[in-house]
Amino acid sequence: MPVVDPDQLFQDKIDNEIKIEPKDQMPDAYRKTNIRQISQHAHSEIVGMLPEGNWISRAPSLKRKAILLAKVQDEGGHGLYLYSAAETLGMSREEMINDLHSGKAKYSSIFNYPTLSWADIGAIGWLVDGAAIMNQVMLTRTSYGPYARAMVRICKEESFHQRQGFDALLVLSRGTKEQRDMCQDAINRWWWPALMMFGPRDTESTNSDQSMKWKIKRKSNDELRQNFIDMIAEQIKTLGMHLPDPDLKWNEERKHYDFGEINWDEFWQVVKGNGPCNKQRLDARRKAWEEGEWVREAAIEYAKKRLTS
Amino acid sequence: MTQSYTNYILHLADNALILGQRNAEWCGHGPVLEQDIAITNISLDLIGQARSLYQYAAELKGNGATEDSLAFLRTEREFKNCLLAEQPNGDWAQTILRQFFVSTFQFYLYQSLLTHSDSTLAAIAEKSLKEVRYHLRWGSEWVIRLGDGTEESARRMNKAVSELWCYTGEFFVPADYETAAGSDPAGLKDAFYSKVREVFTQASLAVPENVFMHTGGKNGMHTEHLGFILSDLQYMQRAYPGCEW
Ligand SMILES: [Fe+2]
Ligand SMILES: [Fe+2]
Ligand SMILES: [Fe+2]
Repeated sequence: MPVVDPDQLFQDKIDNEIKIEPKDQMPDAYRKTNIRQISQHAHSEIVGMLPEGNWISRAPSLKRKAILLAKVQDEGGHGLYLYSAAETLGMSREEMINDLHSGKAKYSSIFNYPTLSWADIGAIGWLVDGAAIMNQVMLTRTSYGPYARAMVRICKEESFHQRQGFDALLVLSRGTKEQRDMCQDAINRWWWPALMMFGPRDTESTNSDQSMKWKIKRKSNDELRQNFIDMIAEQIKTLGMHLPDPDLKWNEERKHYDFGEINWDEFWQVVKGNGPCNKQRLDARRKAWEEGEWVREAAIEYAKKRLTS
Repeated sequence: MTQSYTNYILHLADNALILGQRNAEWCGHGPVLEQDIAITNISLDLIGQARSLYQYAAELKGNGATEDSLAFLRTEREFKNCLLAEQPNGDWAQTILRQFFVSTFQFYLYQSLLTHSDSTLAAIAEKSLKEVRYHLRWGSEWVIRLGDGTEESARRMNKAVSELWCYTGEFFVPADYETAAGSDPAGLKDAFYSKVREVFTQASLAVPENVFMHTGGKNGMHTEHLGFILSDLQYMQRAYPGCEW
């Protein structure tokens, strides 16, 4: 009888596009990579509620307030599905949250930038949700079943967010000079951080090869980034605004837009915790969690009493 | 329709908007994700109710009034919400109790409005009632859970009661525009307090006696909190007048 190598068996499943499910055999590293990635994604949804939440009380119309509130609430829902997906791999939500609060787990660096004007809300919807979608559409076909299924649901809402963000900017772009300036300023500030969302260049990316082989990822950072730039460079024409990159130019040979150099020093600084809002974001999450402790305890205690009475 | 009737609609709208604005402060900061989503949901419902009412008030008012001009361009003294709605979130116990009181009142009020002679108002009440029924259930469950949870949660619930009880009386003191609109809030008083007593009993919370009741909000005499709420709420419309958003 031939000896079956379990790792080979696993790889065969992946190669045959068979989804991996929670109870299936899987290499330890595959489990760990997925826990890391899915929980990081969940944390990003939750921390991502903060910069946009910053404008809920000041939204300029009742309609915009309702749209923003619903959007931020959607992100909370995304966090919830993703924590559940990660829990199927054997780590509890509480453990994941503790890792976020201790700094052991990361979240998307984009949320360490401040929202300074109302236009930032539009720019985040358009550029940040837009960049996230690039990644998430790919993830609807990721090899881990629960993650892929969570992504299908999330992607529908994210594309809605992107359209709403673009629509908010479109109104500004057709408004007064102050509104147009506000719009351009927000685009200037969010453009480069949005490009950094795709992560380091492929040549610098440490986790990429194995993740591609396991089909956790299906496109490289640089590929996704290029797709995003090509999309936004076209969409911005409708806004009559410009992207803050003098090197941005259509390349007929490549059939892609060329673009300027990303400030990788800034990228690594923000990853290391030195972004403008890293501290505030984590502090806000910790504060909510600590101040909520008595509430969670009371809920558990009450449930116990019901059970025994 | 008269100015007085428009004021009545504005009063209902202001209650919903101001409490919705308060609840929204929790968004992203809730004690646990599921409840962060729940309180945001209630906030969204309230803002939705406020929008229907402001849109109707704008129609009654004419002269180019819109839901946004009514929400964003009136002053503190023109707002007609009850004082309870504008009270700070405090801790989760205080937010829960404030919501429970308002939802209980809205539940009986909207029920009474279902048969109002103004069919537009009756329709808004009917739609809102579906949401309020859920808010009331959620609020009651949380009052009981915290009242009958841990020692600390009971202590915090009792503190919330002592902070907020004095704002419940205002619901039942009719403003002129309520009477003129054929609304009889005093007639809802017994139903309100008996529901509160029922839930408090299950929560092991004492019902306070002989508390002085603050009033004034309905007639534009507010606590100091409202000015700060409006300075956030109205900031953009005040800083950039006349723009589309
Ligand atoms: Fe997101
Ligand atoms: Fe999301
Ligand atoms: Fe989103």
